[in-house]
Amino acid sequence: MAEHFILIAAIVLILLIMASLIRVVGGPTVIDRILGGNVVGTKTTVLLLLIGILYESLAMFVDIAIAYALLNFIATLGATKFFLRRRTTDKALAEAFLYQEDAESSKGGPS
Amino acid sequence: MTVIASIFILAGLFFFAIGVLGILRFPDFYSRLHAAGKSDSLASVLVITGVALYNLQEFTVANLLVSIKIMLITVFIYVASPTATYALTKTAMILGFEPWEKGKKRQ
Repeated sequence: MAEHFILIAAIVLILLIMASLIRVVGGPTVIDRILGGNVVGTKTTVLLLLIGILYESLAMFVDIAIAYALLNFIATLGATKFFLRRRTTDKALAEAFLYQEDAESSKGGPS
Repeated sequence: MTVIASIFILAGLFFFAIGVLGILRFPDFYSRLHAAGKSDSLASVLVITGVALYNLQEFTVANLLVSIKIMLITVFIYVASPTATYALTKTAMILGFEPWEKGKKRQ
């Protein structure tokens, strides 16, 4: 009974991860994609614990979940720092990369 | 104990669903960040607390140590999630994103 409940919760969590992948794939800006990756990583940390209950070896999966949470945090910080520095070093290239959809319609400038 | 853990996990899934709805439906980046940053940290803490309670069905020392380690993940998420949200917001401000106002085109 309880294992079935955990299994259904894990399946719902996987469906939510798929729904937030829409924002990763089709986000209008780069920051939206980073945000979507952060959300997917947070949900994956929780999903690893539920998988640990299902496989009855929670003590091992807790370590994997801790490592995944650390990696997700560092990945988000690194990606934001990368785009921040890219702006200061190569401003025009970053702007063309960030607003490539708006640049076709309204000739640049944040909208 | 199983019933309490199930209630915690259900509440966490509810807040996860609300957060995903906000990410998909809100009009600009800042409001999407607003939906994701708060609901995600609360929901993960709820589900992880539920898992820690579920693990304590047979009360032994080994299970207690594993549950304490699980609760350390919640402490880390409470520190890390606002920091990541702050870094994203600062990057968006410096890159020049403008907040959405009523009447403007949805991004």
